[in-house]
Amino acid sequence: MATLELYDVRKSFGATAVLHGVDLALNDGEMLVIVGASGCGKSTLLRLIAGLEVPTAGRIVLDGRDVARLDPAERDIAMVFQNYALYPHMSVFDNMAYALKIRGLSRDDIARRVRETAEMLGLGPLLDRKPRQLSGGQRQRVAMGRAIVREPKLFLFDEPLSNLDAKLRVTMRAEIKRLQRRMGVTSLYVTHDQVEAMTLGDRLLVMHQGVPVQLATPMEVFERPATTYVAGFIGAPAMNLLPGVLCQGGMAVDLGRGMVIPFADGRRDGVDGRKLTIGIRPEHIVLAPDGVAVQIDLIEPLGSETVLIGRMDDGELLSVKVPGRAPAGEAIWVSFPAAMLHVFDAETGLRLG
Amino acid sequence: MERRTIFAGWVLPVCLVAPQLLLTVFFFLWPAAQAMWFSLVRQDAFGIRTEFVGFENFADLFADPLYLDSALRTVVFCTAVAGLAMGTALLLAVFADREIRGRAIYRTLLIWPYAVAPAIAAVLWVLLLNPQIGVVAHALKSVGVLWDYKLNDAQAMTVVILASAWKQVSYNFIFFLAGLQSIPKTVIEAARMDGARGWRRFRTITIPLLAPTIFFLVVVNIVYAAFDTFATIQALTHGGPGKATETLMLKVYRDGLINLDLGSSSAQSVILMVAVVVLTGLQFRFIGRRNAE
Repeated sequence: MATLELYDVRKSFGATAVLHGVDLALNDGEMLVIVGASGCGKSTLLRLIAGLEVPTAGRIVLDGRDVARLDPAERDIAMVFQNYALYPHMSVFDNMAYALKIRGLSRDDIARRVRETAEMLGLGPLLDRKPRQLSGGQRQRVAMGRAIVREPKLFLFDEPLSNLDAKLRVTMRAEIKRLQRRMGVTSLYVTHDQVEAMTLGDRLLVMHQGVPVQLATPMEVFERPATTYVAGFIGAPAMNLLPGVLCQGGMAVDLGRGMVIPFADGRRDGVDGRKLTIGIRPEHIVLAPDGVAVQIDLIEPLGSETVLIGRMDDGELLSVKVPGRAPAGEAIWVSFPAAMLHVFDAETGLRLG
Repeated sequence: MERRTIFAGWVLPVCLVAPQLLLTVFFFLWPAAQAMWFSLVRQDAFGIRTEFVGFENFADLFADPLYLDSALRTVVFCTAVAGLAMGTALLLAVFADREIRGRAIYRTLLIWPYAVAPAIAAVLWVLLLNPQIGVVAHALKSVGVLWDYKLNDAQAMTVVILASAWKQVSYNFIFFLAGLQSIPKTVIEAARMDGARGWRRFRTITIPLLAPTIFFLVVVNIVYAAFDTFATIQALTHGGPGKATETLMLKVYRDGLINLDLGSSSAQSVILMVAVVVLTGLQFRFIGRRNAE
């Protein structure tokens, strides 16, 4: 139970700057998911908070105390590692009891707490096993148990599900969410998987090249991405990003091919001819007989829906998601509903309006 | 993973194995068999008369206080050498395992002593410790220590232990460093997150994970100290002063080649051979069991 605040946290390894100043505030009991492509600095940020790395500059305030330069032992933070990092020479019981022993709890207290946690996670029958005798999912549970049994101020998850198979990942995802809710421990969860990010987080922090680009609820990130990067990163298949120019005194966008679409939510600043990037999600594109022709290259049936990937007359790629089966024929005609457009500046990639 | 190659005939496999087999036969099996035979006979100093005496040579040895002294001395020597060489190596390996500048260079430097021939290493120690010209000896004398390892039993033992251990530090260092590096970094990090620091983390996480390496090195170091230090000791003290640094290995040499008591010397060799077989067997069993797990 704690709050966490980061003020202008920076990290460089030698001359390479990995984090260019991160400000962040976590509410008590909140689950914040940090998401981004590999190399965006999300794991480094987590390791700084854990105390495994020392920030080059900035403050990390946990429950009102600056911990940026303290040893992990003095922070009371638990972490679940991607490869679980269980102690291979210890039984499940000892793995979970280790931190408690170090803190000098009595044997009875340790045994009671480990058993309670093991019961909660369904690890009861496995307490005497060594990690190498466990399956991937069981190891994952032990890693969780080792963090939970400490009752720390903060949980850190470093891509904890990426070593599991797809089915187990879905189960564990739900379980992590349930446990976190139940225990109400403030948590930070790092992942590159956008499904995990969307489903687990109370809020999402999208990172790109060492800079946080958007911090908002998952649905807000999805509905109003702050930049073209976020727009392309969140959502599957990725949002279509098309070049366009401002026209009609800022009231509409000209996408070429005779497509001039008025903005549904009002005027954008700038002179006519300003270069824009227009985003539209594949599932928001509608089939329209009088629309733009798209030659279909590839059909990806997903069961309840179908993704069509094709080219417009000038070779521009476009993906379209339609419900049910793919329509017959080698081409489709589509239009873009005005209310579904995302408007970005072409140069900076920032959202306009 | 085991890879098996199936040979069509028997000529090629025999040709491939023959060189190694020949070496083993001529340089091990034959001399070993001869030693076993000599250990059961008694020969006069000129090799004219040979008499079969059964296990009398062995019985004599175990009744000989000089032999038992030498055995005890060897145990002390082995323990000290193995302990010192492994302790130092582990300490160095722990430091070398850290992320610091220029570690490739000093890792290489730490491995160098292994490439130095034992007799040359001994000369180096002589130059350091020689009562007349040695640098260390000079320093010791200036602080009032009466230093002369050629006269003082304890000092002689210290010198041969130091010189022998020094030779083995590099070897141990390589294995400890490899062992430390094979410990997953995240396991150490997990221990840090769990609040374990310094010595405690080392004792409860690092040492148990190094246990296979430690066991392997204990056996190797004992074998080294008992059997491979002959050249070092011979060059430094010849087993003296008196018999102060005469280990079992030196005694084999002295009794056999200098005192020409081939029967007793062979019996001693056979005993040492059995010791090596036992140690190696122990090691194979332990490592085999670990791999089977």
